[in-house]
Amino acid sequence: MTEPILEVRNITKLFGSVLALSNVSARVYPGEVTCLLGDNGAGKSTLIKILAGVHQQTEGDYFFEGKKVTLNSPREALAMGIATVYQDLAMIPLMPIWRNFFLGAEPEKGWGPLRRFDIDFAKYTVREELGKMGIDIRDPDQPVGTMSGGERQSLAIARAVYFGAKVLILDEPTAALGVRQAGTVLKYIAQAAARNLGVIFITHNPHHAYAVGNRFIILKLGKTLGSWEKAEISREEMIQSMSGAEELEALTYELGEVARRRAQNAT
Amino acid sequence: MASEKARAGQGDERMAELGFFRRLFRRPEVGALIGAIVVWTFFAVLTPGNWVSITGLARILDSSSTLGIMAVAVALLMIGGEFDLSAGVMTGTTALITGMVGTQLGWSIWVTMLVALIFALIVGYLNGLMLVKTGLPSFIVTLSSFFILRGANVGVTRLVVNQVRVAGIDKVPGFAAARLLFNTEFHLFGAEFRTVTIWWIIITIAASWLLLRTKYGNWIFATGGDADAARSQGVPAQRVKIALFMTTATAAWLVGTMNDVRLRSAVASQGIGNEFIYIIAAAIGGCLLTGGYGSAVGASIGALIFGMVRVGITFAGWDTDWFYAFLGIILLAAVLVNNFTRRRAEAMTVAAVKAQTEGEEAS
Repeated sequence: MTEPILEVRNITKLFGSVLALSNVSARVYPGEVTCLLGDNGAGKSTLIKILAGVHQQTEGDYFFEGKKVTLNSPREALAMGIATVYQDLAMIPLMPIWRNFFLGAEPEKGWGPLRRFDIDFAKYTVREELGKMGIDIRDPDQPVGTMSGGERQSLAIARAVYFGAKVLILDEPTAALGVRQAGTVLKYIAQAAARNLGVIFITHNPHHAYAVGNRFIILKLGKTLGSWEKAEISREEMIQSMSGAEELEALTYELGEVARRRAQNAT
Repeated sequence: MASEKARAGQGDERMAELGFFRRLFRRPEVGALIGAIVVWTFFAVLTPGNWVSITGLARILDSSSTLGIMAVAVALLMIGGEFDLSAGVMTGTTALITGMVGTQLGWSIWVTMLVALIFALIVGYLNGLMLVKTGLPSFIVTLSSFFILRGANVGVTRLVVNQVRVAGIDKVPGFAAARLLFNTEFHLFGAEFRTVTIWWIIITIAASWLLLRTKYGNWIFATGGDADAARSQGVPAQRVKIALFMTTATAAWLVGTMNDVRLRSAVASQGIGNEFIYIIAAAIGGCLLTGGYGSAVGASIGALIFGMVRVGITFAGWDTDWFYAFLGIILLAAVLVNNFTRRRAEAMTVAAVKAQTEGEEAS
């Protein structure tokens, strides 16, 4: 087994007197998609914010590439190769794709006062990089605001990969998307992992997680409910542990009732 | 351009779909360009003799130049997402400082200009600093500095020279050279042009270069488009905003100096009310009031429209009272055209993408 690229051990996070995370441990391996599942309020956001350097843990250790680290800001995390793609994506809708892709890291050419943004390189690279991920853009000048949600997510992933991310943290990338679009994004998640990145995929959709995940960590009310490799757990078991068996049974019953009533109405 | 040809050479047929007109209509300055053509044609029909001549052109350019310099700087700031209501009065403040320090202390005009520049930079810096530190809208912050400067212009001038006009700037040492550099007349094809126009053209080109061809331009667009998102990508959005306020202040200093050497005097009320004209010129030129979109060339065309209307109304022998009514109409028309073309360009792009994906599904 290869070494984990990123590992946290016994992380506890207190906000004042509120316990957001209690004794959470997780390992992320390169070339794998590690899914972080849990309902709203389970502590997913808190954990990824610690991983991304936004928050600092109250207790516990953070290891990156085998070394213990302390991250004081997202900038430090990014410099080490831990990139986070948030739901709001950090894209500027009015700006063209190529300007967004290189925002804050513009390639330059020329000398002295003629030092300038290497636009040809930027446009070419954007097409090239998105092409590698299987995204075909017709026109790099297209404003990002005219792209679909799935395309934008994929663009953000491609950007993180291009700028040398070793670990990619994806915060609910499929949450606001339709089935087809979510499928596209899942494909790019798998592709990012295939390029040997350690991917952390946060979601509350077990179907999405099971489709691309190699390893699953389920959080509930700030605690780790369990950690499984794909071979160790079936999708049904996973859904059950996520929602709690009784709750799910009650839900199944209710849904069955709804379906029965609809069938009656239809006849 | 070379890259487009190269891509066409690679046989990417989809680039060909973006025809000339679509590319043109995707430019932010298209509304201003149409407006300029309409206004020019209007006055050409109305007063053909004077208007369609080299003298007419010279008059229009003279009337637009200082306005254009300010409009370009204000456009950069607006693309960066902010307003500067103190930009107009600042042209007066800097003109007064240069004039008063020069005439009272007898320093060289270059030194007095430096004093005025430092003052302008400090005010620009403070405008920006107040904005980013307090989070107040720039409308409020710069409205305050507008009133402070407006009051101080009259107050300080009266204290120093005992009237509201600083005269005799042409007696300041070095005046002739400064005039030659900043605002002298020269003859070309039998008409009298001014060096201000050359400054205006150079500044427009430089600002366009900065905006479209450098990383700083990318930062300005991003800061105005979504400052938080820009910051998350490592763009120093706050510093960008402060720098843009210092840029409008510097442009105001340049225009103040140009007025000094042209008029040989400065009055305390100079520049008041012009701040809106700069903003209007930039808006005609395609700048969104919400930031993140616009053009330096567009702002210059906006200023040119102003110049044309001002000169055209005189040529047509109308009462100059109509000037503002005319401008209001042009502003409305240009902004509507900008809005329409932008939506249309975006809709076309979206439609094209949809057509492509549906095609994929079908195949």
